Parts: sequence; structure tokens; C-alpha cells
Amino acid sequence: MLPFKGRHLFFGYFLLSLAALVVALPFLWILLTSFKHEIAIYSGALWFAPTMQNYVDVMLGPRSNFPRNVHNSLIVASVSTCVVLVVGTLAAYSLARMRWAAWISRGFLGWTLFFHMIPVLTIVGPWYLLFQRIGLYDTLTSLILTHITINLPMTVWLMMTFFRDLPPELEEAASVDGAGRTQSFVWVILPLAVPGLIAAGVLAFVFSWNEFSIALNLTSRNAATVPVGIAQFVQQYEIQNGQMAAAAAISTIPALLLMLFGQRFVVQGLTVGTVK
Amino acid sequence: MAPQQRTVAATPVWLAVAPLTRVRRRLSHDDWFRYATLAPAIVLLLLLTVYPVINLLMMSVSSIEFSQGEQHWTFVGLANLQRLFTDWLFATTLRNTLIFVAVAVAVELALGFALAVIVSGVPRAKGLIRTLMILPILVPPVAIGSMWKLMYNFDFGIFNQALEAFGLQPVGWLSDPRFALGSVIAVDIWHWTPFMFLILFAGVEGLPRDVMEAARVDGASIWQTVTKVIVPIMRPALGIAFLFRSIFAFKVFDEIFLLTSGGPGTATDVVSLHLFKVFFEQNNLGYGALLSIVIILAIVAFLVTARQFSGLVR
Repeated sequence: MLPFKGRHLFFGYFLLSLAALVVALPFLWILLTSFKHEIAIYSGALWFAPTMQNYVDVMLGPRSNFPRNVHNSLIVASVSTCVVLVVGTLAAYSLARMRWAAWISRGFLGWTLFFHMIPVLTIVGPWYLLFQRIGLYDTLTSLILTHITINLPMTVWLMMTFFRDLPPELEEAASVDGAGRTQSFVWVILPLAVPGLIAAGVLAFVFSWNEFSIALNLTSRNAATVPVGIAQFVQQYEIQNGQMAAAAAISTIPALLLMLFGQRFVVQGLTVGTVK
Repeated sequence: MAPQQRTVAATPVWLAVAPLTRVRRRLSHDDWFRYATLAPAIVLLLLLTVYPVINLLMMSVSSIEFSQGEQHWTFVGLANLQRLFTDWLFATTLRNTLIFVAVAVAVELALGFALAVIVSGVPRAKGLIRTLMILPILVPPVAIGSMWKLMYNFDFGIFNQALEAFGLQPVGWLSDPRFALGSVIAVDIWHWTPFMFLILFAGVEGLPRDVMEAARVDGASIWQTVTKVIVPIMRPALGIAFLFRSIFAFKVFDEIFLLTSGGPGTATDVVSLHLFKVFFEQNNLGYGALLSIVIILAIVAFLVTARQFSGLVR
């Protein structure tokens, strides 16, 4: 928009390369560390004999809880994503296309925005009491339910912007052809909303996969997820730097895949709350 | 949200009037669909957000003990409130959090905006930079915490290795109270500047072309164009970005939990971490609930003020 020329252009590229380096450096550092023996880590050597030992210990070690963390995270993230997509999409369609009294639609959107803004730890205490009372403490069910809840606001807003962009003539035409509300929603509207569903879905998956503060407090050994597993490497008496690096590197895989294959969905989804 | 007005003008002319009214009647009788679509979300929100918030009120006037997995609630009235006024630690965490938010968000806004202007001004590498910038936003905050914990490490971290290469003394980035808060702020800046860049980049790319052209014809320098033209036009977008990031920065927990757990001493203790400790380390659910209410009210107050303030600016 502000075309740089001559030395400004050179300087601009210089700053951008610097920024790219700063962003990439921590990732490279942890990747490098994850292939080092603990001794090589402490000697700080840049040249070292790479080893897979950390990954083997983390994923296959007999005492390692990490495979279980991965298993839990995959289940929680996929189930909660599926449910939040169904619940959120229906609600978004209802709010975007049906006649609701202002206090309901505004109340719904206002409350979800409010809930999205308060620190989640304010609400984890009551959640703990609730799930402890009904016997769901340290179960995947409690994590799935809470992850659905925290991802619901984003899903509803994202899908609402999608539905609003679709012309109402679509439903009218479907209805003239004899389709009921449900039919026109399933066969006419939903296929057109697939890009929105993908955007909301991948983001909900990643946010659930990344979520730490709820999982930390609503689980102990049984239902602990990947972030909780990584944090445990730090809390041990003797920090296992290499294993922690390997586990953290593994935990970035969904983000990497998403960066490579789902970029436009991400930009759309991340900016939905901020640009009205 | 706006009710769909099915005006005749929006309907193709070839539709006869009679079938149209029939269509209207049938749509309005589809109330069950209307309720069935919104009900699941409402039930979920009532059970898992509204009920817990109400429960916070009851917890805040109680003391909750556990014995053999049973919860025992005792009414203690305003005892928790009394504790609030002697909780100097909470005041410290509040101060730390405000410093954290103010410094981190201001730097993120400035850097993100500068990046957006530069990226939009260079002819190549836009896509590459944007791709790279998405990564920090998507990786688990806990993984970011472990990355930086390794880089800040006193014995073998990259920063101390660099210092030693220049013959300087190593620094306790996370263990020295003078540096710890700055170190965790730096991590937040690394984490969220890309997000600022992404939302501001769209705004910079959308600037009116003729205005930019006019500034160029009038011989404005890059600095003048940015400060006299771009910033004034983008003020609302910058304001919203600042507001959003402030609120989310206030929630910070994961990275600090991993990097320092609030230490050394209380140097990096922030509000969310304090809540966590009261709730789950001291098991004081009553007082934790009261703190939660105070924090929620503070955020509401902040939002209301910010809204009025932004109204004044416009």
C-alpha cells in the first residue's frame, strides 16, 4: 500500500528477514534440542551427534505417560470439535435467520462474548465442584464438555457471519420447491457453509488440543492431555530437557499441518471476533 | 441478528402472490425448528457457564471442605471478603498483571503495525511472512513456554551462550527478580505480535488507494505518510486491536505457569496464577470464588470504561 523503493526497500526486507528469523528461532532451537542427548544439551554444543532417543523415550518408554496424553488429546479434541460444530452451527443459523426477540439474540451473543473475555480460571473452580460431585472428575467427558463450551462462542460468531452472507432467496427458492425448514437447511444452506465449517472446525480442534488451564485442574493421571503432559516434564525434580523438547515438538504437529494446508481458514477464523 | 424482512422487492416478479403467502405461513409455523436449533446451545450455556457463575456467588460466602470425596459447605458470611482486604499478594499479582498487559500489548501493537506497513510495502514475500506469522498463534502455549524455558536456561540457553561469546556474565533470565517479569513479557510479545500483524495487515491493505497516492504526489516521506495518514485512518482498528489484546493478555496463565510459576518470589505472579494457587493449591474454593467475582467485575468495569472512552474518541 505504501510502496517502498531503493534503500527503503532494502531496509524493509532486512527488517522482515530479522522478524522471520526471530519467529522461527525458538522452533528451530527446540527441534535441535529434541535431537540431543542430555549431555549435549548441557554442553551447549552446536555440532552434535543427532539421536532419536528422546522421541523413543517419550513415545515408547515403559514409564512414559505421554502416549496416553496424546490419545486423550486426540479423543477430546475430535469429539468436542464435532459436537461444537453441530451445536454452534445450529445456533448460528437460528440466530442469523430466524426471528428471535432482541433480548434473546443480543443476550446470547453478549453472554458468549462476556464468557470469552473472562479468565477461564474464574470458572474452573465451580466446574471442579460440579464434575467432582457428579463423578466426572478426571474423565474425558468433563474435558469434552468444557472444551465444547469454550469453543462455542467462536463457532457461533464464525458461522453467523457465513450465514449472513448467504442470500435469503436461497431458502425462499427451496421453500417454493416444497422443502421444509430442515430440508432447506440440510440440502441448500449447509453445503454452501462448508468453508465456514472447516474454518471453525480446524480452529476448535487446535484450541482444544492446546488448552491447558482446564485440563490441568479437571484431570489427574487418567485423563491428562498433551499440554498437561508437557508441563509435567518441567515439574519433575530433575527436568528432562530433551524429553520435554521432544514432547513439545510433537505437540506442534497440528499447528504445523494447519499452517501449511489451512491458512486462509485460520486468518478468517482468528479475525472474526475483532473485525465486526 | 436482524429479522429477515422478506420484502416483495427481493422476490422475483414471476412468483405469483398466492403461493408466496402460503410460503410465508408455512415458514412462520416452523417454530419447532427455530427452538430446536437454538436449544442445545442455550442448555449448554446455562449448565456450564450461567450456573457456574451463579455458583461463584454461593461459593464466595462459604467455606468448602472435602472429606472422603464429599463436599461440605459451611456458610461463613463475609469472612472471605475480609480476607480480600488483607491479601497483599493479590495486590501484587494485580500490579504485575497490569504492567504485563500494558507493556506487552503496547509493544505488540507497535511492532505488529510496523510489520503490517512493511509487508504491505514490499513487492514480494507477503505470503511467506503471513504463513510464518500464523505459527506462534497456533502452537500450544505450553510448548511455547518450554521453548523459551530452554532458551532462557542459565547453563545452556541461547541468550547466556551469546553473552558468554561476547565475554559477558550470564544472566538469570527467569531466576533474577529484576529480569523475570521482563523475560515473560518478551515471550508474550513473541507469541502475540504476529496476531496483531495479521489483524492490522488486513486494515493496511484496505487503505484507500487514492489517499495514499495523494500523499505520495504531495511528496510525503514514509514516516509522514504513516503518522499523518495511515495512523489517523486506522485509529478505530488500532483501538479495537488494543482493547482485544489487553483483555486476552489479562488472562495469561499457561506460559508463566511453565516458565516461572510466578517466581522468583512473587516477581511474575499474575492474577490467573494467583487464582490457580488459591483454588487448587490452597484448596480455598470460597475465597477463590470471591476473587473470581472481583476479577470478573474488574473486567466488566474495564469494558464499560473502554467503550465510553472509545465513544469520546469518535
